[in-house]
Amino acid sequence: MVIATSVTATVADQIEERTEGGRRDKRRHEKQAQGRRSYRMFLCIVPFLVLVFLFSYFPLYGWIYALFDYKPALGLGGSEFVGLQWFELLVSSPTQLAQIGQVLLNTLAISFLGIATSVLPLAFAIFLNEVKTPWFRNAVQTLTTLPNFISWVLVYMIAFSLFSSSGLVNNVLADFGLITAPIKFLDSDQNVWITMTLWSIWKGLGWGAIIYLAAISGIDPALHESARMDGAGRFQTMWYITLPQLMPTYLVLLLLSVANLLNNGMEQYFVFQNAFNKESIQVLDLYVYNIGMTGNSLSMATAIGMLKSIISVVLLFTVNGIAKRVRGESIV
Amino acid sequence: MTAISTSRPPLHTPRPPKPAPRPVRKTERSPGDYAFAIVNYTVFTLLVVICAYPFYFLVINSVSANDVSALGDVRLWPIGFQLENYRQVFELNGLGTAAVVSVARTVIGTVATVLASAFLGFMFTQSRMWARQFWYRFVIVTMYFSAGLIPVFIVMKNLGLTNNFWVYVLPFMVQPFYIILVKTYVESMPESLQEAAELDGANIVQIFFRVYLPNMTPILATVAIFSAVAQWNSFQDTLIYITDQSLYTLQYLLYMFINQASSLAQAAQNAGGDLGAIVGAATSQTPTSIRMTVSVVVVLPIIFIYPLFQRFFVKGIMLGAVKG
Repeated sequence: MVIATSVTATVADQIEERTEGGRRDKRRHEKQAQGRRSYRMFLCIVPFLVLVFLFSYFPLYGWIYALFDYKPALGLGGSEFVGLQWFELLVSSPTQLAQIGQVLLNTLAISFLGIATSVLPLAFAIFLNEVKTPWFRNAVQTLTTLPNFISWVLVYMIAFSLFSSSGLVNNVLADFGLITAPIKFLDSDQNVWITMTLWSIWKGLGWGAIIYLAAISGIDPALHESARMDGAGRFQTMWYITLPQLMPTYLVLLLLSVANLLNNGMEQYFVFQNAFNKESIQVLDLYVYNIGMTGNSLSMATAIGMLKSIISVVLLFTVNGIAKRVRGESIV
Repeated sequence: MTAISTSRPPLHTPRPPKPAPRPVRKTERSPGDYAFAIVNYTVFTLLVVICAYPFYFLVINSVSANDVSALGDVRLWPIGFQLENYRQVFELNGLGTAAVVSVARTVIGTVATVLASAFLGFMFTQSRMWARQFWYRFVIVTMYFSAGLIPVFIVMKNLGLTNNFWVYVLPFMVQPFYIILVKTYVESMPESLQEAAELDGANIVQIFFRVYLPNMTPILATVAIFSAVAQWNSFQDTLIYITDQSLYTLQYLLYMFINQASSLAQAAQNAGGDLGAIVGAATSQTPTSIRMTVSVVVVLPIIFIYPLFQRFFVKGIMLGAVKG
C-alpha cells in the first residue's frame, strides 16, 4: 500500500512536473510574444513621445539661462555666468520690487476676480435648465457660446468698435445727452481689472455653462420628481437637488483654477494693452513677454517664468492634496 | 419586450387590460411661476443680445456706406448698402497670402492633431504596451508645467522652427486634453471589437485604422472642432515665432490693422493703386471700414461652421469630461 501510494505519488509528480514544465514553456513563449508585441506597440508611439519631449521637456534645460547673462548673439558659451544675480535683482532694487509687486498684484487680482465670477456659468446653467421652450434654449446656448470661438484679437476689435472714443457706446451716450466728452473705456488705467474680467465673462460664460448643462442632463429625473412630490417649489428643487448635484463638477473646476492662479495667459492682455493701461494690465505672462521678447532681457524673463512655473506646480500639488482629502479622489 | 410581442398569448387567458394612458399632468402655474418665467426669459434674451449684437454690428457696418459707418451712425440695419469694401479688402496686400496660411494651418494642423490624439488615445488603452502607465503620465503631466516663453522660444529657434510653417502644426499635435477625451471614449467601447480583429490576424495599426477609427467619429468631431477653432484663432505663435510676412495669419494681420494706423495706410496704398486714388470719395475706405470688413472675413467661417458642429462637441464634452 505504502509502496503503491509512493509509486503513484512519484508518477503523479512526474506527470505534474512534465505538464508544469510544458505550461512554463508555453507561458514563456506567450510572454515573449507578448513582450515583442508590447515593445512593437511602444515603438508605434515613439515619434509622438519625441515631440512631447522636444516641446515640453527639453526646454526645461533652458532654465539654465536664468543663471547666465544670456546674449543670443554670443550663445550660452559666450555669455557670462552670473549665478543667482537675476533672482537677487528681482528683490533688491526698490523700483524692480515695486514693478514685480504691481505685476503680481494685477495677476492675483484678475485671477481672484475670475474665481469669484466662476459661479456665473453655474447659475447660468441652472436657470437655463428652467427654460422649458426647446428652441429658445437652443438659441440661447448657441448664441452665448459664439464669443468663445473667436480670437482675442477679434474680441479686441469688437471692443474697439463699440467702446473707443468714437465707438458706438460713446456715440449713443452722447446722443442721449448723458455725456459731453467720450468716456475712455479702453485708454485708461481705471477699472482695468474689472473690464478685463467682464470681457472674459462675455467670452466664456455660455461656454463655461455647457459642462454644467451636460452634468444637469445626467441627474436622475426621479430626484426632481420626488422632491416635487414632497412639495418642493421651483427654487427649492434648484437649491436642494440641482445645485448639490453640480457641486463636484464645480469644485474640480474651482480647484483647477486655483492651480492656475498665476497663469492668466497673455493673449487677452496683450491685445488690450496700451500706453495708458499698461500699469494695471501687465500680468505675469505678459510681463515675461514684454521684458523677454521686446525688452531683450532674456535671462530675467527666464528667471521669472521659472519661478512662476515652480509656484504653479506647487499650487497644483497642494490643490490636488486638498482634493484627495476632501473628495477622496485626486484631480490630476 | 420583443419576446412578448412575437409570441401570441394563449386564447383562454384574457388579455391584460390596457394600461390607462398616463395622465397628462397639468402643472398648475402660480403667479410666482409666471413672474419667474418672465424674468428668466428676459435675462436670457438680454444675454443673447449682448453676445450676438457685436457680431451683427460688424456685419452691418462692413456693408454700409463708409462715411456713415465712420460716424458710428449704423446701429440697427445697414445704411447705403454696398459690397465694395469686400472687393477692396480682398485686394489688400498680404490678405490673400494670410488667408491661405490660415486655411492651411487650420486644415493641416487639425488633421495632424486629430490623428495624433486618436492614435495616442487608443494606444494608451492597450494594457499590454510596455510601460503604458509611465508614458501616459509622461504625456499628461505636460498639461501642468511649462518651461516658459523664453526657453521654448530658444528651442524652437534651434530646431529651425522660427519663420517656418510647421511651427503652426508640430507643437500642437500632441494635446493631453484631447488624448484624455479619446482614451475615455475608447474605454467605453466593447473590448470584443479588438479581440475579433486580433483573431483575424490584424496588427495593432490595422486594428486602429480599420476597426477603431471609423467608430470614433463623435469624439473625433469634438477634437476636430476644438483644434480647428484653436488653429484658426491662434495669434500668439505668429507674434512670437514669425517675422516673415508670407507666413502671417489673418488674425495677426487683423491685429496689425487695428493697432498700426501706418501699416494700414500702407496696405491701402499698396493695394491695386486705385484704392489710394479714391480715398476721400464717398465710397472710400476708412480705417474703420477696413478693420470691420477684415473682422467679418475672419469671423465668418466660424459663424457658419460652428452651429453645424455644436451638437457633436456638447456630446463629446459629456462623454469625456463628466465621466472622466
